[in-house]
Amino acid sequence: MDLRKIDDNTWEIPAQGGMRVPAVVYSSARLLDDMRRDQTLIQARNVACLPGIERRSYVMPDAHQGYGFPIGGVAAFDLDEGIISPGGVGYDINCGVRLLRSDYTEAEVAPKSKELLAAIFEEVPAGVGKGGVMKLSRAVLRDILTRGAEWAVENGYGRTEDLERTEERGRMREASVEDISARAMERGIPQLGTLGAGNHFLEIQKVLEIYDKKAARVFGIDAPGQVLVMIHCGSRGFGHQVATDFIETMENAFGVAGLPDRELVFAPFKSAEGQRYFRAMSAAVNFAFANRQMIAHWVRDVFARVLGSAKGMDQVYDVCHNVAKVEEHDVGGRSTRLVVHRKGATRSFGPGRPEVPAVYRGTGQPVLIPGSMGTASFVLAGTKEAEALSFGSTAHGAGRVMSRHEALRRFRGEKIRDDLARRGIELKSTSWKGVAEEASEAYKDVDEVVRVSSELGLGRVVAKLVPLGVMKG
Amino acid sequence: MERYRILPHTADGKFQAFGKTLEEAFGNAALALASLMWDWVAVEPKIKHSVQVTGIDREQLLVKFLGEVIYLFETRQFLLGRVDGLRVRPLPGGVGLEAVFAGENLSPRHELFGEVKAVTSNDMKIEECDGFTVQVVVDM
Repeated sequence: MDLRKIDDNTWEIPAQGGMRVPAVVYSSARLLDDMRRDQTLIQARNVACLPGIERRSYVMPDAHQGYGFPIGGVAAFDLDEGIISPGGVGYDINCGVRLLRSDYTEAEVAPKSKELLAAIFEEVPAGVGKGGVMKLSRAVLRDILTRGAEWAVENGYGRTEDLERTEERGRMREASVEDISARAMERGIPQLGTLGAGNHFLEIQKVLEIYDKKAARVFGIDAPGQVLVMIHCGSRGFGHQVATDFIETMENAFGVAGLPDRELVFAPFKSAEGQRYFRAMSAAVNFAFANRQMIAHWVRDVFARVLGSAKGMDQVYDVCHNVAKVEEHDVGGRSTRLVVHRKGATRSFGPGRPEVPAVYRGTGQPVLIPGSMGTASFVLAGTKEAEALSFGSTAHGAGRVMSRHEALRRFRGEKIRDDLARRGIELKSTSWKGVAEEASEAYKDVDEVVRVSSELGLGRVVAKLVPLGVMKG
Repeated sequence: MERYRILPHTADGKFQAFGKTLEEAFGNAALALASLMWDWVAVEPKIKHSVQVTGIDREQLLVKFLGEVIYLFETRQFLLGRVDGLRVRPLPGGVGLEAVFAGENLSPRHELFGEVKAVTSNDMKIEECDGFTVQVVVDM
């Protein structure tokens, strides 16, 4: 494939064949080696062929092969001429990350960290096939799908201020329950308020290092040793079913002829099918916001019970990293509304954007980038430059480099637990096999992903966080 | 004859399933999918669910058929252990499939070791050459 080096961290696949625009890859030479080994670049090229794509098909530094669109892909389409694609969002709609700060220090938490993690493990349902504690009616689920985290806060899960510090204020207003299948409802009902399995996790973390003191202070990150809690999960079976349903709907309405990959199936954004998907996807986004809101509430409860209070446990932010949204961006010098797909990519809006909460409008939004199990996670600040570089987007995590199969062959969950314990990190999981599959060696180096992101200006690195306790599904 | 083979895939689950007929390959694909989540060999055929799906083509049919395994697991806690009476037949404008899933409901006797979120048509293959081979990638 023709891949031209623009600078140390930028590569371009020029428009050729059916490509309507070039593809731009933001990556170091080292991370690019991983991408070349799988289908990432071919998938980025396929995305560049889709109708109504604007500017470029972008690839983030942590990208790896997905289905249809790469994971770590960003693409935006014209509202009139362009398309919307479930493959550009992913199956786990609004998979995302929430970060809570606290006033506790490592020294205060360490003596109780085992107890704390065990209590969170009790309180937050996790793992394969694990249902939630609530018995929801369909009517209540419909309300949740319409109002997202707002519903959760009104029903006693968390605080009104949390909504201010959640992307979309925890609710996509485009959501509608009209086109949600009975199956999606059935899968959603038992799974609200659950963490799930796979790469989803909940970590008690501490600040290791602060790089941008001013932004950190605004985010509520004060000093090394401060304790925080990170929650990574999504819309569970509900979102998976919405994606599945609308891939079928679009296949039936528009066919699959000529698609290089069936998972690229799309609908014109303004078509009935496109609009129905957008509204149903928004409902799944709301499911995930409510889900993380409830889990955050339980975490505060546990801190209050075990340590005496949930003091200072304010929400730093909550970001989506699998989503499509209508946003205004510059196209050829004109501000234009586009439908931006971020699949395995985090919004990284800088100072001044109206979507960014007022409290962060001077610094740029917090960007939360979780690492793999037992490694570091990062907090970045969104930048103005990212708007021109990537429609205001950056990486979403470390990204896998090794198959689960291979990880299972190489690692043992119990050994990983013991190794982490020696480094003072507690681990709780419902499955040792699951832990082995998620071994940090199976992922890219998150430090390198963040370094590239920061050098390019896709995000400004603010703080590095490391785990004290890890809970896996 | 080997029923299926799990293949390496960076982020997700991938397998090939084999059969003398398309039906047998589809049935084995359901067991391959189950094998990513539980040990289907240890599941007894105590409960039955009849399954009927239609698709515009065989690829969509396979996605929807395998989706039944996930759906019954998530909503009924049903563990598939055996596929009976699988039949694929042409329909006006597509294909239809019926089968009976036999298995048990989840109990402490069974260990779960993976979560399949969805069945994709990414890199899907349905090939006839000395019997049938189907290849499936699932999102995990």
